[in-house]
Order: sequence, then C-alpha cells, then structure tokens
Amino acid sequence: MKIMALSKSQTAHRTDNFVEKTARNLDPALHPFARAREYVRAVNATKLERVFAAPFISQLGRGHEDGVYAFAKDPYSLERFASGSGDGVVKVWDLSDQSEMWRTQAHSGIVKGMAWTRDRKLLSCSSDKAIKLYSPYDTPSNSSPSATYLGASGFTSITHHRSLPTFAASSSIISIYDLSRPSSSPSEVLTPNSSGTINAVSFNQVETSILASCDLDRAICLYDLRTSSQISKATLSLSANSISWNPMEAFNFAVGSEDHNIYIFDMRNLSRSLNILKDHVAAVMDVDFSPTGEELVSASYDRTVRLWNRASGHSRDVYHTKRMQRVFCAAYTPDSKYVLSGSDDGNIRLWRAHASERSGIKSARQRQKLEYDASLIERYKHMPEIKRIHRHRHVPKQVKKAGEIKREEIKAIQRRVENRRKHSKAPAKRKSEREKIVLAVD
Amino acid sequence: MAQDSDIQLRRRKEAEKTYGRGRKIPVKSARDKKLRGNLKNLENKYKDATIRAKDAEILLENTGGYLEPETELERTYKTTQDDIKRSVPVSTAQMGFELKLEAGPYVSEYTRNGRELLLAGRKGHVATMDWRAGKLGCELQLGETVRDARWLHNNQLFAVAQKKYVYIYDRAGVEIHCLTKHVEVTNMEFLPYHYLLATVGNAGYLKYQDVSTGQMVIELPTKLGSPTSMTQNPHNAILHMGHQNGTVTLWSPNSTTPLVKLLAHRGPVRSIAVDREGRYMVSTGQDLKMSVWDVRMFKEVNSYFTRQPAATVSISDRGLTAVGWGTQTSIWRGLFTKHALEQEKIQSPYLAWGGEGKRIERVRWCPFEDILGVSTDRGFSSILVPGAGEPNFDSLEVNPYETTKQRQEAEVKSLLNKLQPEMITLNPDYIGNLDLASAEQRQAEKDLDKTPLDPIADVKNRGRGKNSSLRKYLRKKGSKNIIDERRLKIEELRKAQNDKQNKRLKAVEEELGPALGRFARKGA
Repeated sequence: MKIMALSKSQTAHRTDNFVEKTARNLDPALHPFARAREYVRAVNATKLERVFAAPFISQLGRGHEDGVYAFAKDPYSLERFASGSGDGVVKVWDLSDQSEMWRTQAHSGIVKGMAWTRDRKLLSCSSDKAIKLYSPYDTPSNSSPSATYLGASGFTSITHHRSLPTFAASSSIISIYDLSRPSSSPSEVLTPNSSGTINAVSFNQVETSILASCDLDRAICLYDLRTSSQISKATLSLSANSISWNPMEAFNFAVGSEDHNIYIFDMRNLSRSLNILKDHVAAVMDVDFSPTGEELVSASYDRTVRLWNRASGHSRDVYHTKRMQRVFCAAYTPDSKYVLSGSDDGNIRLWRAHASERSGIKSARQRQKLEYDASLIERYKHMPEIKRIHRHRHVPKQVKKAGEIKREEIKAIQRRVENRRKHSKAPAKRKSEREKIVLAVD
Repeated sequence: MAQDSDIQLRRRKEAEKTYGRGRKIPVKSARDKKLRGNLKNLENKYKDATIRAKDAEILLENTGGYLEPETELERTYKTTQDDIKRSVPVSTAQMGFELKLEAGPYVSEYTRNGRELLLAGRKGHVATMDWRAGKLGCELQLGETVRDARWLHNNQLFAVAQKKYVYIYDRAGVEIHCLTKHVEVTNMEFLPYHYLLATVGNAGYLKYQDVSTGQMVIELPTKLGSPTSMTQNPHNAILHMGHQNGTVTLWSPNSTTPLVKLLAHRGPVRSIAVDREGRYMVSTGQDLKMSVWDVRMFKEVNSYFTRQPAATVSISDRGLTAVGWGTQTSIWRGLFTKHALEQEKIQSPYLAWGGEGKRIERVRWCPFEDILGVSTDRGFSSILVPGAGEPNFDSLEVNPYETTKQRQEAEVKSLLNKLQPEMITLNPDYIGNLDLASAEQRQAEKDLDKTPLDPIADVKNRGRGKNSSLRKYLRKKGSKNIIDERRLKIEELRKAQNDKQNKRLKAVEEELGPALGRFARKGA
C-alpha cells in the first residue's frame, strides 16, 4: 500500500527573519462568497471616498477687495498665477504657499481679461478701454506698465497666441495686436457679422491660428488669422459667456452658456454639439478644460463650481462654501491636480480636483489600496446603493430648490411640446437635444 | 502549429472549468460601440485572469495525501491506523491520538483554520485545546447538560448550548454572554462570513443572532417539531435542517417558510453534511440509509445502506465522507465527483475505523490536515486519513499558521467585509447582477412614438358573471361621471354583450319549454 499524508511543520511557514510567508490558493472553493464580499468592499470603498472628500484647501492670500473677474494661468509656470478684480487691481500669486507675489492698480475699471505673454509678461484688459502690459517677474509691485494699448471701447476679453508675440482682444470687434511692433494700434481687426459685444475670445493652442469667439448676439464664431476671415459661425439659443479649447483634442471646444448649460462642440461641425453638460441652475460664467483634456471645471452664477467629465452629461462633483458668492472664473492648475475659483466676494479659492485625493507621498500599499478601491467602485457603480452613495452631494438649499423648480419647468415645456405633437396632423421630425440648441450655422 | 493551438485551447478550457466566471457575455450582440468595446475588454480581462490563475497552480507548495493499493488484491479499507502511522513521518503520526474522557458523549469542533479543538461532553465538561501541541486552552465543568458547542469566527470565542440557554465563552473560559433568547437549543451553526449564530431548539424555532452587533436577526418557527440535525451549506450560508418526519428543509433568514423541503428519508434524518462547494449533500437517516443529493437540482444521486442508523456524517475538503454509525466509522471516497456527468455508486469504503465499543457521537474533519476527529461517548480520537485535507491554504482567507497579529488583522478585515443577512440566497453570485426585467420595461417606456395600447381592445370578450373583465374594467377605470369617447365605446361593448346574453337566454328558455323555462339563467 502506498501511503502519503500531509505533513506540515509549524515553523515551515516562517522565513529566517520571522516574516510570515503568504501562501495563495486561488481555487474558488476556498473563497466562498467572493462576489458578495467584493460588493461589500465596494460599498465600503465608496463610503470611504465620501468620508475623505474635503475639496477645499485654502484661499489665496487675502484675496481682492472687489470681486474677481479675470484669471490668467502662466503657461510656463506651475506656481505663478494672476487674477484681476473689479476695482482694477491685478495680483500675481504664488500657488505653492498661496501668497501674493505682486500687485498693481492696473485699471480704473473692471479687469475683464488677462493673459500671459510667452516672455512671461502680463497683459490685462479692462472696461476702461485700455490694455496694459506688465512684467511682474522683473518689476516690484505697483510699478507702471511697460506698454499701454488704448481701444475705442471697453475690452471684454484677451487671449495670447501660442507662439507668436500676438494677442487678440475683444470689444465689439476683435483687434489683433502685435507686441513686437512699436505701434499701439491693432495690426489687424476682425469684424464679426453680428452686432453684439463679444463676450470671450480664445486662441486655439494647437491649431495656433484659429480663434474662437462668442458674442452677446448668441453667435459662436471661428476665425482663421492666416486668411483674417471668419471660418464658421453658429447661433445658439442663448448667448455664451466663455470658451475653452480642449488642449488634447484641438478641434473640440466647450462654451459656457447663459442657459445654464455647457456645450462641447467640434469646430468642424457646428450644427450639433458633441455633448451637453447640464447641472448648473444659473448662467455658466466660465469654463476651463483640464490640461488632460478629459475634464472640465465651470464657474456659475448659482454660487457653485462644478467639475465635469468631458464624456458624461452631468457633473462629477460640485464645490461650494457658505461664503462663496457668484463665481465668475474658474481654472484648472497646469498640473490638473487643483482647481481655482474666483468669486464676487473677492476671494480666490484653491480646491482639489478630486475631493478625496491627498497629495502627500503614499506608500506602495496605500497606493495599491486606492487603486483597488477605485476599480471596485468602477466595477459596481451600477448597483443602486453604491450609485446613491457615490453620487450624493450636499448642495446649498437655494441651488437644490432652484434645481427642482428648473426640472419642473423643463418637464412642463416637454409636456407642452409632446401635447402639441399629439394634436398636430403631421408632427415635425424629432430633433435631438444636441441639435436643437443650434439655431443656425453658416 | 495546429497542435500547439489545440493544446492552448485545451488548457484554456481546463482553466475555465475551475477558475472561469460563468457564461461569456455575447459581445457582438451589443449595439452600442462604446459598450461593446468595454465588454470586450472585460471579457479579455476575465480570460486572462482565468489562465493566469491556472498558471499560478505551479506555485502551490503541497500535494495532497493518498492511499493507493499496489496490487489488485489490496484493499484500502483494510489499512489500519498502525499501518498508516508506520509509513508517514513521525510528526504526522503524532497527530493521531486518543483522549479518554469521562463526561461523555462528547461533541467536537475544530476552528476554521484547524488549529484548535473544542470538546464538549453532555455532562457539562467543556475544553478547548491546541491539539497539535497538546496544550489545553481552557477547561470548564459547567455542571449542566451541554448539547452542542461551536467555535465562532476564530479561536477567541465559542458558544455552548447548555441546559437552558446558549452561553458564549472566551478563550480563557470566561462567560461573556448568556443568550437568553435561545432556549433549550439542540443544534447550532455559525455562519462566519455573516457573523450569524443560528440555533434551533426543541421547540423548533430557528433563531439567527448577529454576534458582531448582538442583534437578533429573525426567529423562524419551523413548524416541524424538534429538529434532528442541522448543518450549513458553506457555499451559500443556507441552513439544512433534518426533521423527525424524514424531510430536510433549507432555510435562510429572509424567508419565514423553508426555501426547499425535500423528503430524504423514511424516518428521522439523523445527520446532514454539505460539501464545501455546495454541490452535494449527504444525509443519513434512521431508515438505515445514507443518501447523496445534488443540492443544485435537489435530486438524489445515490443511496447507500448503513448497518446501523448513522449518527453523524461529515465531508472533508477533498470530498471524503466520514460516516459514524454505532461504534464504527467508515470513510467513503468518490461518493460524488465534481465534473462527472454520471455519479457512480461506490462499492466499498475507503477506510474504516472503530469497533472498539465506543459509540460514535460526532465526526469532524480537521481543515488543512489529513485528520478526522471522532468524538465518542468515552472521549475523542484523532485518526489519520490520507488524502482528506486541502493541501494548500490561502493565508489571506483562513490561515492555519496565523500569528496573533495576523489573526487580529484578519478579524478586523472580516468584520469590515461582513455580509448582511439579506444577502443570503440560494445563489450567492446573485449579488451584483443587473435587474434585467426592469431594464426592458424602462426601454419600453422610453419609446415615445409608440402607439398607445387600447385598454378596451385588450378586455377579453368574456361576458359572464359578476367579474367579467369588462365589468371589472368599468368598475376600476370606468370614470363614471365623464362621458367621453372611451366611455361610449365601453357602453356600446357592454350593451352588445348584454344583448348577446339575452338572446342566448331566450333561446334556452324556448328550448326548455314553458314549464322549465323559468329555470334558465342568464350567465349559464
């Protein structure tokens, strides 16, 4: 008879330095309730994510005395950042210690737009009909501008070319200035077909000669500087407040609209939007793509900042504080880890882009755990309980109420449209929501 | 090349048999492009994981024990314990021992990792021990009847069903809790992943108590009298209870009636055991039968004859079944095989033990060892059964070599991952599935252009009695005071039905003649 029995010694499972060996056996028979336990882990991971959610980091210095209406990210620096306020003061901040680096009383009116030049000088435009050029890196605070450009009417927005020393500023027209020329008059003027004031202009940073603008006359226009002409134009149902190009997909851009929504467009086809991001309950004042091109941040008149996934229709997160007033500008930091918001109360707030993420150095095990938790949440996100916990956010009462009212109203409109269809002889073909918003294209 | 891919295919099939995750999703049928891509990725991931898991088998350290006859005339059941002890290493041979105890009959239980043993004598003697080292953990003389004893999730706590109540003791033998809600308990089971202690007593009330929070989850009247045996299905945490009338009932805390009732024996069911994958159940009864059941289909696979009613049965990790009957213990191999389509009937047992005049009370397999613990009316014997235990453990699941720190860590982890009682179902993989029916419904509601169903057209043209579908419709949704097109349509339909009935009535009346005509009825 051949006989063999299991023989294990108690010390065999210890290595020399008394570290316990890990033995694995992946046979499913040894792991009962694998799926149920995984689900429970997913629930716990979701709860922990919400427990650790602390989006607000700090405000920058002591902020401004008036509301903050303009932001400018220095494309060559992770830590420098400029903001302009309603009283015409321009400040430059150090993001690493959140302190004020430089300031000046630049304008007598509201600072409407700012941009950094490629040689790290700061352009600011204002409703006082002036554009000023400062060099915060080289001069002390309160120094006078190195150049001033005067326009016929107040400026609303400014944007700098990717590589050339050229910038575009908007009023009722778009004036292109050349910084390398001594003249203070625009080198080129683009006159849109529509008559409204232009709300925002933005240079495409990849297709560098493309310029997008949106105006009060509800139009979005695209220009090509090489031919100095308008390429295309779309008229939306309500005017847009800001434009942001996707840095990774150079042909896509997002516009924040007065009708509470953000529309993502493909510049090659303006007849329909690629996606509509709905959640705000007041006009979207500013929108900015993250440097990864995957996410967006938006500032709204409803006193909240929302973070979005480019591909999904509703916001991923909503940030608010009790004291934050109407938010007029929001921006991702160039490392895409943080978000800045400037509001009517004069504060510039620094937020985490992912509320539950922490920036400290993590051990390998900690990292592994976080990755595992993230994939668990992803795997079970369709389960009702996990979905509920994952999506739950506290929003201010006014925003919640406004949201409810808005939903009711939209429902009423839909009902009305449906009733009209039901009682018309030959109802018009249904149009998708993404097409409906574009009234005309040319 | 062709041969090569053939080998690969076979390997993949083999891997899928043990590590597969069920039926594949028909990727091509997904119409949405993004979804299709995601599903495809997921399927590839599963495939990869399955093959990797199969490949990782090479890392398993131990192979299982065995007992193999070398000639055709040799029989394994003739091997004695002495034969086995002579041919295994000394350290293993030492694991076979005998304890002579007075307060019998004894019941025995191993902890989940097989490190410690709990012995409880009917006359009130309870002892725990690290049986390998022969070290006594605690010893209690309770001075009252002890009917059952159970380890809880680890070796720190155990529950004892005493004369009246169930008590929980800690490792040192200190009484921690007295569960006064559990009265005269005869059988207990502990569900380690749900932290539920299930007890059933003479009154036939099955009670689930959460031992992590102390809450009584549910009390279920079985309405079948005093139970004769109880066990859990370790695969899905369903309790199998045997009764006096020969039925086996399956219970979960989510239903007040048994999930399944099956007639297993023609007499009281003496003992039940379920294999670790929850596929087969072995039950023994007073009718001298031992039957093997397929728990997935609730079909009897085979039935065997026992010379005396078998008092206890237990299934090891590798599918060996130990049966204690009278003073004998027989161990069977291959009563069921996992992947076989047809289960063959075994002619002779694998091993046999006993016949020394000690009545077997309970047999229990020691996890991760080739050891069977047999408790009798005169003590406890630990016997060697080569090929019984799972040779390779998973230290992240149940670790027989765990240190104090590891035990503490594992306890916290398992409490965090505690499953809720509501999650106990016959199919434990049910959790995390999509509710497909309501998805269909939602889809149907989404189609706005669909012509609305005409409810009146749907009403069957069956116009008899008080509850004809038309009358019911009128009653429920007739909206009495609104005369609209719909209402008119209903009235018309109703009138037509009435006319038809009256006509039929008249015909019947005429047929019956003037004398009997008055017996004709309208709805007949």
